[in-house]
Amino acid sequence: MRIELVKRKEHSQAMLLLSPLIAVALTALAAGIIFLISGHNPLIALYKFFIEPLTQQWSLEATIDKATPLILIGCGLAVCYLSNNWNIGAEGQFIFGALFGSALPILYPDFENVATLPLMLVFGALGGALWALIPAVLKTRFNTNEILTSLMLVYVASLLLDYLVRGPWRDPGGYNFPESRIFSDAATLPDVFGGLMSLSTPITIIIAIVLALVLAKTLKGFEIRVMGESPRAGSFAGFSAKRLTLFSFALAGALAGLAGTMEVSGGLNQLLPTISPGYGFTAIIVAFLGRLNPFGIIVAGFVLALSYIGGEAVQSAMGVSNKIASVIQGLLLFFVLACDTFILYRIRMVSRRVTAGETSHV
Amino acid sequence: MKSLLKTTVAAIAFAAAGSAAQAADVKACFVYVGPVGDFGWSYQHDQGRQAVEEHFGDKVETAYLESVPEGPDAERAIERFAREGCNIIFTTSFGYMNPTIKVAKKFPDVKFEHATGYKTADNVATYNSKFHEGRYIIGQIAAKQSKSGVAGYIASFPIPEVVSGINSFLLGAQSVNPDFKLKVVWVNTWFDPGKEADAAKALIDQGADIITQHTDSTAPLQVAQERGVHGFGQASDMINFAKDAQYTAIIDDWAPYYIHRVEAVLDGSWKSESTWDGLAEGHVVMAPYTNLPDDVVEMAKATEEKIKGGWEPFTGPITKQDGTVAAEDGVTLDDGAILGMNWYVQGVDDKLPQ
Repeated sequence: MRIELVKRKEHSQAMLLLSPLIAVALTALAAGIIFLISGHNPLIALYKFFIEPLTQQWSLEATIDKATPLILIGCGLAVCYLSNNWNIGAEGQFIFGALFGSALPILYPDFENVATLPLMLVFGALGGALWALIPAVLKTRFNTNEILTSLMLVYVASLLLDYLVRGPWRDPGGYNFPESRIFSDAATLPDVFGGLMSLSTPITIIIAIVLALVLAKTLKGFEIRVMGESPRAGSFAGFSAKRLTLFSFALAGALAGLAGTMEVSGGLNQLLPTISPGYGFTAIIVAFLGRLNPFGIIVAGFVLALSYIGGEAVQSAMGVSNKIASVIQGLLLFFVLACDTFILYRIRMVSRRVTAGETSHV
Repeated sequence: MKSLLKTTVAAIAFAAAGSAAQAADVKACFVYVGPVGDFGWSYQHDQGRQAVEEHFGDKVETAYLESVPEGPDAERAIERFAREGCNIIFTTSFGYMNPTIKVAKKFPDVKFEHATGYKTADNVATYNSKFHEGRYIIGQIAAKQSKSGVAGYIASFPIPEVVSGINSFLLGAQSVNPDFKLKVVWVNTWFDPGKEADAAKALIDQGADIITQHTDSTAPLQVAQERGVHGFGQASDMINFAKDAQYTAIIDDWAPYYIHRVEAVLDGSWKSESTWDGLAEGHVVMAPYTNLPDDVVEMAKATEEKIKGGWEPFTGPITKQDGTVAAEDGVTLDDGAILGMNWYVQGVDDKLPQ
């Protein structure tokens, strides 16, 4: 007996919608078993993990706050991936954008007026875009592999941040500890609602909606999708693959850089040696979980953020190890990919006799 | 299954109502920067937490979050505790300072205790221990036992606490051997066994036959054990990881402080203070002296007694690395000078990262 995956001729539309739900259900089941094995009541643990964070205003806000950078970065990455540009370096663009955006409040702390914050956000987006354009230009000019170059630049950006907060940008009153000075109020993104979320959330949602409209309704959106699905057809229509590469990288970088600046300005209030717990990489997952659609990405970002907040909840309430939260995140992704596989493929059992016959040809 | 479901529903209903009607009088909560299984810094804080549970029994409930990165996650973790009804929250890493102050502003009725920081508020106290007292003793042991006259020091971040530890170690060593040299490697992390081990190997290759560290894992001592050199445990007694290599360890014993502070919350006497205690108060404890000749053990114990009696290791003559005088003969540096130390004493074979 051998198991084979065979491509389906048609895929069911209903399953396309149901598959993420099935994946979440399977994750919950597997998580329950893990909780049971580790000696915790699985139903209480599951409740604490998946439901309780949604029942209180502050934890709901914390979840949305955690989802915000993931959604913003994921939206930009979706444009890249839709147009066949494999930008893996959003983490670096996030960091470089944050550096660019923070230059103003760190180097000119006395520059405090209404222009401070808008300038920081513009600089942040600009910095992210510039960082993203490096692999884009390398790809269009020299045909380098953008997966490698964009990824490598992540390490360059994080080491640059590390150098700056330990060296030239270190807080003069901070007892040598590697962190920048704290931003002034004029350079701090205002809080909304209970104070756990900053203005970055509404900004992100607006950008996601605009992007969804652009992708669905405009010529640019059509260009992005056509070039991704069939570059040859696109070039007959007069679209330039190179220009689109530059555009999609610059857009993804700008959104990642904006996310970085808003995270630093609205959350941390200063630069630290590490400013991202891997948002740029997690956002890749969010982009694909959300099926490269901005609305889907909003949902996916929220679900992934929930897994972080829920993980903390079970840890603090029941003493469950923080590693279990990571395991559950891994399970979620595994099940989503597995379920998606079965939309495109079906399983066929192949008997041993046929197998032997087939392999003899190889 | 049905009964499990029933009890669960009941439990959830209870949990939902529970925060208002807790059985315990005080809930004490702890945020750790590393895993509780690091057998160093966070492990020792968790030992303190367990001591609180044991001491107060049903009167006090505790909770903790481990491996909380210093950054936006820290603020959320601290705020979670404040919201979940914790009465006193211990945040146990320097990098939690600003998030602690921020959350404390929002929750004036909750008490906060930040370890190793310098910012306080009406409801934020700080606490730290005089680890440099232990460093002086192990410096003396190092100078007695070293054949090469060179020790290697694995340091985390160039903050005053770490710098004063390096200086105190070398002052202790120079009190035995004035020509003693110290090499320093900055690993820029509190906990990264791989990096710490690499630094230890590099230092041994450069001629150090004594290894000491201001990082949290057992890795440097394990390297010392493998390479046949000696070293000291940091934060906790690490003898089980290096039976032949460990001379002693500087143990952080947080239990008395944690019990004392939780008691203060219970009886309503809690005030914002800055606590900085050492060997005398039992906050810093030397692990049993092992693998050492008797005369060295006697010397170490004598120094320990001297420090417990009130003697300060930072007593002149102390010369800075650049040759200027930090303290004249017999003059003791004040607390502020030690807590803000950003210079090396003479004999450190390194440039302080500025």
